[in-house]
Amino acid sequence: MPLLQDKDKEVVETRFQEELVNPVRLVNFTQALECQFCAETRQLVEEVAALSDKIELEVYNFAIDKEKVEEYGVDKIPAIAIIGEKDYGVRYYGIPSGYEFSSLLEDIIDVSRREVELLPATREALAGITEPLHFQVFVTPT
Amino acid sequence: MRLAHKLAIESDNVRADAVEAMEFPQLAIKYNVRGVPRIVINETIQIEGAIPEPMLMAQLQEALKPADE
Repeated sequence: MPLLQDKDKEVVETRFQEELVNPVRLVNFTQALECQFCAETRQLVEEVAALSDKIELEVYNFAIDKEKVEEYGVDKIPAIAIIGEKDYGVRYYGIPSGYEFSSLLEDIIDVSRREVELLPATREALAGITEPLHFQVFVTPT
Repeated sequence: MRLAHKLAIESDNVRADAVEAMEFPQLAIKYNVRGVPRIVINETIQIEGAIPEPMLMAQLQEALKPADE
């Protein structure tokens, strides 16, 4: 059974047609056992990737594909990396459902466009920060 | 969540994970996450996630200030 309803697919497909510019890769890390939401997450990214020919999906096994796990710095599953012309460090751990699903779509569009909307003051402040920052944002499905 | 990912796209110094707290309860416990969204930066800085962009940046800059300033 599909996770996305037909009417939602239509809306997303139209947005992707209008707003995606450059190719995007969704890199999904999964495994068959001992991962409650891995199967659903994989299905979700498969359904999303099918909505645009600008989105390519790569699926790796967390337990087996060690090189890729290291390359993308993934330490838990299910994981999704959104990759554009480069790896921007955008990751989802856990299934992006509810509000997080719309965040996923917006992130895909931003990565494809290679630009984001931020306040000028934020860009300025960010440019002044030279140390590496690792954000972990805890969310719940709503 | 969107803001952290936007910062990651904007800056090569930033990477950002959305972490589903219910699926990774051990992390939520580790970082003492009691409400969401909750932002943890570099393991030590904790910021309430649902705040406007200027406030988040102000709190981030404050937290990054060297201790002797």
